[in-house]
Order: sequence, then structure tokens, then C-alpha cells
Amino acid sequence: MIQKLLKHIWGWTPMLKISNLQVAYGGIEAVKGIDLEVPEGKIVTLIGANGAGKSTTLRAIVNLVKAKSGSITYHGDELLGLDTTKIVDKGITLVPEGRHVFPDLTVLENLKIGAYMRKDNLDADIQKIYGLFPRLEERSWQQAGTLSGGEQQMLAVGRAMMSRPKLLMMDEPSLGLAPLVVQGIFDIIEALNKEGMTILLIEQNANMALRVADYAYVLETGKITKAGTGRELLADDSIKEAYLGKSHRNK
Amino acid sequence: MVVGMTMETFLQQLINGLSVGSLYALIAIGYTMVYGILRLINFAHGDIFMMAAYFTYFGIAVFFMPWYVTFIITIGLTMLLGITIERVAYRPLRDAPKTSLLISAIGVSFLLENVATYLFSGKPQAFPEFPLMTTPFFIGGLSFQPVSIVIPIVAFILMSALLFIINKTKIGMAMRAVAVDYDTAKLMGIKINGVISSTFAIGSALAAVGAILWCMKYPSVLPLMGVVPGLKCFIAAVIGGIGNVKGAVLGGLILGFSEVLMVAFFPALTGYRDAIAFVILIIILLFLPNGLLGKKQVEKV
Repeated sequence: MIQKLLKHIWGWTPMLKISNLQVAYGGIEAVKGIDLEVPEGKIVTLIGANGAGKSTTLRAIVNLVKAKSGSITYHGDELLGLDTTKIVDKGITLVPEGRHVFPDLTVLENLKIGAYMRKDNLDADIQKIYGLFPRLEERSWQQAGTLSGGEQQMLAVGRAMMSRPKLLMMDEPSLGLAPLVVQGIFDIIEALNKEGMTILLIEQNANMALRVADYAYVLETGKITKAGTGRELLADDSIKEAYLGKSHRNK
Repeated sequence: MVVGMTMETFLQQLINGLSVGSLYALIAIGYTMVYGILRLINFAHGDIFMMAAYFTYFGIAVFFMPWYVTFIITIGLTMLLGITIERVAYRPLRDAPKTSLLISAIGVSFLLENVATYLFSGKPQAFPEFPLMTTPFFIGGLSFQPVSIVIPIVAFILMSALLFIINKTKIGMAMRAVAVDYDTAKLMGIKINGVISSTFAIGSALAAVGAILWCMKYPSVLPLMGVVPGLKCFIAAVIGGIGNVKGAVLGGLILGFSEVLMVAFFPALTGYRDAIAFVILIIILLFLPNGLLGKKQVEKV
């Protein structure tokens, strides 16, 4: 149903297509057969509570966790079973939950390592990222471990951009950040999308995520329970109650 | 006159300590690099060192190859040995509990020692002499073996090269990244296996150079020759802070100097020469559990 609707709206096959994906960790099924599509040039978000299987889904796409069954295709090519490095080489990258910048490497080295697979000159890209995040330029020679949480998130996003990904996946970029910083990160997400980057975003901050998303999925205990455009889900009563807090209901 | 003699002896001993310490440092680096990237104490490292000594012995004394050809072949074969050990004995256990990996390392160590005993016999073989390296020369009444001067110089050059590789090159950056976080390193497109192989190759190459220089200084090879140096260099790596290359160098030098100077000043304690490493280890770990340059241990998540 959802897929037919999507095809009807966008009229092309999606960049990333997940069908009946199942992932299990030591007997516990974290993802129980989900279908999900990310069309090129769009922002798609996956919202849901802690432990719903959001991170697992992203990690399965880049094969950091092994999927039990199902299929993940990228422009029609099967990704399941490929090495993480091969998947990254295709132009998919993940900004992991909790930033995971390399603490002993300098800010500049962290950016350079993001472009590990590239062999061309990086100067223009580094300047572009410094333009987006002037704080990083000021701290260029500092070890990444000494940055604040917000700065580390900027660095993690910058590092991911260095590989010039076509599909950028972000796992909870707003986690633990001050509201102002969160706004900044979302502004960047929208700006990157305007430049043509496709984005798959995972968020607990459903309000922010739904506002920027073209399309959204709700994941509950390993299953997709709702899907729709960001605007539709923002207006959905059950979503409001479960993810957006009471204040929204009263409005 | 007596003071003069002591001063001369002291200088000689200092040079001696420096050369022994540099040898320890070269070998200790192999322990520390592997630990840094795999969190594994590579117990086979001392035996890799022993095998390198045999490669050189065979090249020169058995196959009569020129020394420079032999050295290159020795370094190449030793690197290959290190890479193979990782490939066969450690890589399949990458996701297994650390204890299994450790047992596997001990197994490889015993295997190498016994294969060497079986193939080369347990009898010590005389390592070919390098007159150029061992004929003493005199400066102002002090006599030096050239090898005692060559060792620290070679060690210094190699360690500088290593620090350059680790800090300034792409593969070095990848090594530092893999050492903290496998998954994120993979997301950068870094091929973990290649980086780990390079680490073993570099550590083994340094052990090979160490073995060649060692045998010039102490010209005999036997299958168990790697056990005590291996243990001491492991201790040197721990003293310096395991996982830290500069720490391994520092630990090696401290160990070398203390050993040589203790024997020089307290000849009666000569029999305890090998014990001093352990005494220093205990003292340092009591006050600095992470070693001299070690960072506070952060559990890998």
C-alpha cells in the first residue's frame, strides 16, 4: 500500500529500498520485518521510542549489524552481505549515534579521515565545512575529544560530508544537545538536502524531525506502525500523544 | 686515578645501557602496537624475534648470501610471519572473548619454539661474526664496540620513521582510528583487516631489525632465545604504558639502563640481572597503574 502510494507521489523507484528486513541480536528480534523507502533528494525520517529498532535499522543498512533476512537495495543493487567499506564506497554514510568522533585525532584529522576513500584534493571540502561550522576551524588543531557535545556533533556531520555521500544517514543528531544547537544541526540538514543530498534521519525529537522530513515512518518495537508525510504525522493525534507531548494536543 | 677509572667505566656502561635499551625498545614497540589495535598481548612476539635471528643465521651461515641481501630477506620473511600469525591465529578469533585470543597467542608462541627446536635443534648455533661491528675501537682510553653505537642510531632512525608513519601518513591515521573504534573506522571506509596486517608487519619488521642487531651483540641463536627478551620487552611496554609507542621506547631505555648500570655498580648482583625488570615493573605499576605515559584506561564500547 505504502509503496504504491509513494510511487504514485514521486513517480520513480526509490534510492534506498528496504523490504521485509529482520535483524536479531542474540535471539532478541530487534527489527521484525520492516519495509522502508528513501527516494533520492528527499529527507526521510524514522521516529520511535528508545529500543524501537531505529539504530539497528541504520546499522543494518551499512552492515555494522548482520540482518537475519530481507533485502536492502541501493539504486537496485543489493547491499545485504556487502562489507561496510564497500557500502560506504557506494556513497552511503552514517553519522553514528553518540557522534563517535575519534577523540585522539585532531579536528582536521577527523575531517580528513572522513575522506579516507578519496584520493583527490580535500582543501575545498574542508573550507566548505569550516564555512558551515566556523567553530571547527577555530579548533582545527585541537583533539576532537576536547570538543563540547555540540561541536562534536558538528564534526561528526562534517566528517560524514567529507566522503561526499549521496545518502547521508544520521542517528539521533540532536541527542543531548542544547535546543539552540539542535536548531543549528537541523538547519544544516535542510541546507544539505537543498544541495541535493538525500537524508535518512533517525530521531527521538519527533517534533523537529517531522518538520523537516518529506516523509516519515514510525517504528514501534521493531515494526513500522505508521507512515506518511512529515506534515501528516505532525497532525496525527496518536503521534501527537505518543511522541510530541501533551502541549501539542492542547493547541 | 680511581675516580678516572670509574668515570670511564661509567661512560662505557652508559653506551652499553643505551644500546641494550634501544634493542628492548625496538622489540617493545611490537607489543605495544599490537596491543593498541587488538587489545591483545602478542605472546608470540618474542618468538617472531627468535625466528628472525634464525632467518639471518641461515642466510649468512648456511646459504652464504651477502649480509645486506640476508637482512632484506630476513625483514621480509619476518613481516610475512607476523602477518600470517595474525591471519591464521588471531583474525578468526576477532569476535571471540579476549581470553581465547590470549590463549591462541600463547599457543603460537609454543608452536614456534617447538617447531624451531625440531627444525633447527635445541643446540645454540654461533651467529656469524661481523668484525666491522665487534672489533673494539678506542676513544681517549675508552673502548667501544661499533655495534653499541650503531644500535642506538639505527633504533633512533627507525623509531623516528615509525612516529612519522603513525602521526603524518594516511595509514598511520587509520591505525590510530582503528585503535579506538572499529565500527566508526569502517564507516570511514577504512579496511580494518589491512590496517591490522600493516600493524603486524611493522611490529615484526622492527623485531627483525632488533634480532639482527641483538645477534651482532650476542652472537648465538637458539630456539628459546626469544623468551626472556620477549618477556622483558613486554614489561618495557607495560612500564611505558602499553598501547603508547613513545612509552615503549621509554620503557625499553629505562630497562636497558637499569640492568646494565646495576650490574656495573653492584657486580655481586649480576645473577639478578633479569630480575630487575620485574622489580621495576612492580614499583612503577604500584604508583602508576597505567604505566609512565599510559592514558587512563577507557573501556572500549
